[in-house]
Amino acid sequence: MKTEHSIAVIDYKAGNAPSVMHAAERLGFAAAYARDPGDIARATHIILPGVGSARATMDSLRDMGLAAPLEDAVLRRGALFMGICVGLQILFEHSEEEDTVCLGWLKGKVARFDGTKVRVPQMGWNLVRFTGDNPIAPPDGHFYFVNSYRAKPEDTADIWGQADYGGLFTAAVRRGNIYATQFHIEKSGSAGLGLLSGFLNLTGKGHGNAD
Amino acid sequence: MLTKRLIACFDIIGGRVTKAVQFQDNIDVAPAEELAREMYEAQIDELIFYDITASAEKRGIDIQTVAKVARMVFIPFTVGGGIKDLDGMYEALKAGAEKISVDSMAVRNPQIITLGAKAFGSQCVVLSVQVKREPKMPCGYEVYIDGARVATGLDALEWLRRGQELGAGEICVNSIDCDGTLQGYDYPLMRLAEKAVSVPLIASGGAGSPEHLKRLFTETDAQAAIISSMLYSPRLERNYSVRELKEYLASCGVPMRPFAQATTA
Repeated sequence: MKTEHSIAVIDYKAGNAPSVMHAAERLGFAAAYARDPGDIARATHIILPGVGSARATMDSLRDMGLAAPLEDAVLRRGALFMGICVGLQILFEHSEEEDTVCLGWLKGKVARFDGTKVRVPQMGWNLVRFTGDNPIAPPDGHFYFVNSYRAKPEDTADIWGQADYGGLFTAAVRRGNIYATQFHIEKSGSAGLGLLSGFLNLTGKGHGNAD
Repeated sequence: MLTKRLIACFDIIGGRVTKAVQFQDNIDVAPAEELAREMYEAQIDELIFYDITASAEKRGIDIQTVAKVARMVFIPFTVGGGIKDLDGMYEALKAGAEKISVDSMAVRNPQIITLGAKAFGSQCVVLSVQVKREPKMPCGYEVYIDGARVATGLDALEWLRRGQELGAGEICVNSIDCDGTLQGYDYPLMRLAEKAVSVPLIASGGAGSPEHLKRLFTETDAQAAIISSMLYSPRLERNYSVRELKEYLASCGVPMRPFAQATTA
């Protein structure tokens, strides 16, 4: 089954694609960097790792000519998608960070943590409780976060997991073939590798994915 | 809620972890990637890797060792030493590090903090500061550079505030007075630091017993503690496991990432 998968890890300069590649390798999957539209068009599983800012990530995707191919692959073809950290935030309509218009695949906005209540950025391991019916159902556990901003989904059905940092916030989202985590699955020890393995083992059945 | 972090810190010379006392007399411990894997399997929360001779030898960071460690550990991994510019930062991130620690170089060229934060995000830039008690300074502490050898005349808190303004996403405060003494962290220093800046703080220097960690996490707002001697120094009669430290701290009411029984990956 694994050999039928074509796993693309989007590699843009601000991202931490190598860590994601290492994690996929450790799990026994052959992943490849995606740097042009053709790489996206072929992929059954697309991972968008994110560090840096929402604006830098959006700019990189546009500069690399990947924004439109991504929409084709994920929204129309139904390729499985996993966004990580800023890769979650840019799925929403808008981020407060440098007033950035994002992809808008999910309804809602991204806002900064309240610096009067908590230290910003949030940096460290936080307990995530997963909710809802989901093909990947990781046990509740501690995952590694590094974020100053967090998403506020308009449709609560999109919320897959929550954690608490000066109040509950969205730690993971899922809608159909679109998955994303605010925490770094590639840096969350065995809990993160378990979740990544769950995603890479999805076959896309029921999502209209090309198989 | 967010848990407190235990960070294993490796001083690397020629690909091997060494252990110093007050920045001197390094003795050899183990190859970096071996000890990194061991610490990962012991469920340490984070790793920091300092190439401590890179600057003195006027070379870049030991990128091969960074890459070897990065393939082995799936927890956050910070590297420092010998990184002089954006290209050096990018090279280390590309090799699989998450964060770049800047220290002496940032004192000489503070703009590197801003450049790094703009290019890779402020969460990527950890400002590491070596400080020593100095009653003549406004805050009572002075910033040192170059392996604690050179006094800068900079007031420690002033530099912390400046570092945060310039874009550092996290600050590691190293007490030269406490380093390697095993007598506990400089708690008053951390209490000053927590009021001076709002980014997460890491305390470094002096941990010798679990009680020191408890004091740090209950008496100050430090988010993370660097431990090294306690975990692996051959100079100590007794080393502690990550698990016993975490279980002890949790029993004292400190929020910790619990030790997971079964690790499959």
